[in-house]
Amino acid sequence: MLRTALRNVLAHKARLIMTVLAVMLGVAFVAGTLVFGDTTANAFRTATGTSLKGVAVSVQSQQSQEPPGAAAAGGPDGKPSSTLNTALAHKIRALPGVAAVRPTVIGEVTVAGKDGLPVNTDKARQHLATNYLPGKDSRISLKEGRGPASEGELALDAKTAEKAGYRIGDTVRFAIDGPALAKKLVGTVSTDDPRVNAGGTLTLFDTRTAQKLFLHPGQFHEIAVAAKDGTDHRELTDRVRALLPDKGAKATRGEDLAAEQADQIVEGTGALTKALLGFAGIALFIGAFIIANTFTMLIAQRSREIALVRAVGASRRQVVRSVLIEAALLGLGASATGFVLGIGIAVAMRPLLNASGAGLPDGPLVISSGTLVWSLVVGVLITVLAAWLPSRKAAKIAPVTALSSVDQAPPARALVVRNVLGALLTGAGVLVMVYVSTLTTTAKSNLMTAMLGGVLTLVGVIVLAPLLSRPLITLAGQATTRLFGVTGKLAKENALRNPRRTAATASALMIGLALVTGLTVVGHSAERALVADATQGLSADYKVSNGSLSGTGLDVGAAAKIARVPGVATAVPTTTAGFDTKGGFAQITGTDPKAFGKAARLDFRAGSLRDIGPGKIAVSDELADKGGLKVGSTLNAGTTTGRAEKERKVKLKVVAVYAKTPTMEDALGTLADVLPYSDNKKLEEVLVKAEPGQAAGLERKIRAALGDSPLMEVQSHEQAINDGGRAINLVLKMMYGLLGMALLISVLGVVNTLAMSVFERTREIGMLRAIGLDRSGIKQMVRLESVVISMFGAALGIGTGIFLAWAGSGMASSTMDAYETVLPWGQLVILLALALAIGVLAAIWPARRAARLNMLQSIQSS
Amino acid sequence: MSQSATQTTRLRAPSGAAARAMGLTKVYGEGQTRVVALDSVCVEFGRGRFTAIMGPSGSGKSTLMHCMAGLDSLSEGSAHVGDTELSSLGDRQLTKLRREKIGFVFQAFNLLPTLSAIENITLPMDIAGRKPDQEWLKLTVGTLGLSGRLRHRPSQLSGGQQQRVAVARALAGRPEIIFADEPTGNLDSHSGAEVLGFLQESVRGLGQTVVMVTHDPVAASYADRVIFLADGRLTDELAAPTPESVLDRMRILDTNGPVR
Repeated sequence: MLRTALRNVLAHKARLIMTVLAVMLGVAFVAGTLVFGDTTANAFRTATGTSLKGVAVSVQSQQSQEPPGAAAAGGPDGKPSSTLNTALAHKIRALPGVAAVRPTVIGEVTVAGKDGLPVNTDKARQHLATNYLPGKDSRISLKEGRGPASEGELALDAKTAEKAGYRIGDTVRFAIDGPALAKKLVGTVSTDDPRVNAGGTLTLFDTRTAQKLFLHPGQFHEIAVAAKDGTDHRELTDRVRALLPDKGAKATRGEDLAAEQADQIVEGTGALTKALLGFAGIALFIGAFIIANTFTMLIAQRSREIALVRAVGASRRQVVRSVLIEAALLGLGASATGFVLGIGIAVAMRPLLNASGAGLPDGPLVISSGTLVWSLVVGVLITVLAAWLPSRKAAKIAPVTALSSVDQAPPARALVVRNVLGALLTGAGVLVMVYVSTLTTTAKSNLMTAMLGGVLTLVGVIVLAPLLSRPLITLAGQATTRLFGVTGKLAKENALRNPRRTAATASALMIGLALVTGLTVVGHSAERALVADATQGLSADYKVSNGSLSGTGLDVGAAAKIARVPGVATAVPTTTAGFDTKGGFAQITGTDPKAFGKAARLDFRAGSLRDIGPGKIAVSDELADKGGLKVGSTLNAGTTTGRAEKERKVKLKVVAVYAKTPTMEDALGTLADVLPYSDNKKLEEVLVKAEPGQAAGLERKIRAALGDSPLMEVQSHEQAINDGGRAINLVLKMMYGLLGMALLISVLGVVNTLAMSVFERTREIGMLRAIGLDRSGIKQMVRLESVVISMFGAALGIGTGIFLAWAGSGMASSTMDAYETVLPWGQLVILLALALAIGVLAAIWPARRAARLNMLQSIQSS
Repeated sequence: MSQSATQTTRLRAPSGAAARAMGLTKVYGEGQTRVVALDSVCVEFGRGRFTAIMGPSGSGKSTLMHCMAGLDSLSEGSAHVGDTELSSLGDRQLTKLRREKIGFVFQAFNLLPTLSAIENITLPMDIAGRKPDQEWLKLTVGTLGLSGRLRHRPSQLSGGQQQRVAVARALAGRPEIIFADEPTGNLDSHSGAEVLGFLQESVRGLGQTVVMVTHDPVAASYADRVIFLADGRLTDELAAPTPESVLDRMRILDTNGPVR
């Protein structure tokens, strides 16, 4: 049996090539993901190992875990305080077994380039700062110049210095959380910190300066302790712990910290690996359709041969086994090749992900035997499983078939069972998804329900596809017949000839397109929602805010400073504060009501902006509904915002009601009423309206007016729109790339089906040529069949994708207020065109083969 | 009918032949594997006549038909269909010639399983983008006794009926000449006789020209004239054949061996 199977595989090399490719790509995806995951995890472990090398005990200030300036309890100057100080460092140094201590200060610094704009505007990247410890810090090595030694000096990592255009001796402008500062660049350093290598910045000060900037003199965020050889780290940790104050500091053994960090990181990469494996699974699932199609066709072609084997005494089971062995051999060969290809994918993945800011460390390729085993097992298993149904068909071939002189296609089995099953599955899926569309939270159970509904719907449509193929392909065929005449008609008839095969081919395409469509619709809708969130209701040309992560805001005087910039018509100060009201949590925006109308548009239902004054506010229609408010009523608001203050009650009179916008959700009052309750008592944003025709180029002037701090974010209206879309676009692009693999495999499926069909219809093609269809006519016939099948797949996929995206809109709107399903017609048309192109491309090779068939041999072959 | 036939005859080649070959040679392979399938064959197929080509297997009878029908290229010599010379034509022109001037009936696999009988019959005209002549179509379909079966798919027809549909398709475009390659080879004798009767009728009643390759003396006896081929050469011919006279002639050829 093995020999027969092997011979069969070899005999059908050409016909199996697409199937091999499909399995190979799927396995390559799996192997690539696994190798990539192992490699990345290993590299991260090594990186954490390196950064904690020689650290026996790490003492960390627990307040300094949070970014400076946030909720940490600060001293009178607003800066956070740490319990780790020089005295403690000395005490630890004096402990027996301690070789050295390395006290560090950690902070964030936004570096401005030579042009005054921040070097690093990507919020995903980090702006690190620390104290430079000559000779003590193995993680940082000097590249050029010298380390900072006095208050007026700093060092930068070499990449940042280059990007910003600074040379040694230049004055570097930067900001921490307030106004711009300047110090002289005395050196550049290199580091293997992955956060910096991923595009972050690293700024170094001498210890005294760092303490002044981020803490208080003599204080540290962390003390790393190195031990003498032969010292027990656990005991040392206990000894260090005994020295620490009761609160605000924690000592951890270096090894434990490294393991903890590595676990966190590996968990992170594990999630990425899982997501990638999900896509690999989709690719393999699509590949399964191709495998099943191929084996069904091979068995149909070989039915007489199989009947002969049966006639000479092979049992059904032997026939099944022979087919399955054939599949296993095929799967093994394809998986082995796929595994090798996968290693290549893994190598390419790191630079690709790093280009989009993932910051993965460098490291040797890790190929575990587990990866090899898994790749082969998955590849062989999927091939054998996909070939299982066709093998059962092979077993049903009666021995007498060998004796009949005419070869007749086996009668098409009725599709009744399949249709009923399909209808049930689709119905269940649609019901679940309709239920999902009423859900309004993204709780895990809801996500699981949505996943279940999505899978049910997709599988249901796949099962129903043969039934749907008749009406849909007839429809498409009418178009091709009208446009291309007889070749169009023949193409339609050929596509209808074997509904199962057509359906399986189209299904492979459908899965990919359904996912792409769903993604496109959700992405487009989310982008619109984000843009609306950022801009709807605003007519300002610029929005000025403090871009630091700690969000310290702008000084109250900022609006007045901006207003004096030539070309600025109005600068409207705004701030917000949260209040508990009868209608739930409400955010009240404080502003200058007189100027506000020039930078924002609000649609008033009752009253107007002019009615707002001290103690008098406007509320959104939504808050009015929820809180039972109307003009004349009083809003009782409680607040705990503001530092360490207990709840206070405020009574505000409602004087106007406006239609809610994403930028102005709950209520609007005067600056004086809201400011006392806001964070830090600072402005959140200044909305700037330019004089007519003066909007361009105002950014530089506004920055200058505010002291040119690189922390300042001056966002134009266009930028706000772009920023809304950018985050989503990045995610979309990656997902498109991954689904592209699925689409590629489905294209192979179309090629496979067509090639097999051409092979099966050799005599027909010969006859058509004889009675006068020329080569280009034959080509067109094959091409149109391909297009018709692809369009069928596209119709199913795009339709299903839109439905699934619609059903998820309720859940999406729970995280994005302005979310509603908006169909991106342009992109949907592009997808349809893509399917058309897939059809045409997939037909190139089979059509050429069909046209080149030798007519006489074709007619005479039997 | 006969009026127009005489008119076209006068307009076309004066020979009165629907197709003719001069020194037609066909060689396959080169060097050691060189096989001469046809060796300077000169033959004419008269217009409005039913000619049978006979000979043992390997005699070149199918090759002759393929070359005359523009399905295969010539190595030497010339072949004409009507007044069109075939050896100078490219693939595109040959295709056009086949669909406009030639009808085909093959031994098996004549029909597209996806099309109904009537769609199969009009297929060559659909390919050419021509409208079928409805009266003529009705006449052929009626003559072949297919009127009640036009909406059937090939799988719903018997073997004999399928071949009748193939004959109807060959006739429907009113070609210059119809080539039939063992048209009854796959049929039982009753269905075979029926199909041959229709071929004969299409010549005698409808004025068509038919050339049929066969190895069956009974089938050949339906023709007006039989030509015999052996080892790629024309060896003999017989007018007004009967099964017995064809069989006699074949016996002589067999015992004498091919003429060298």
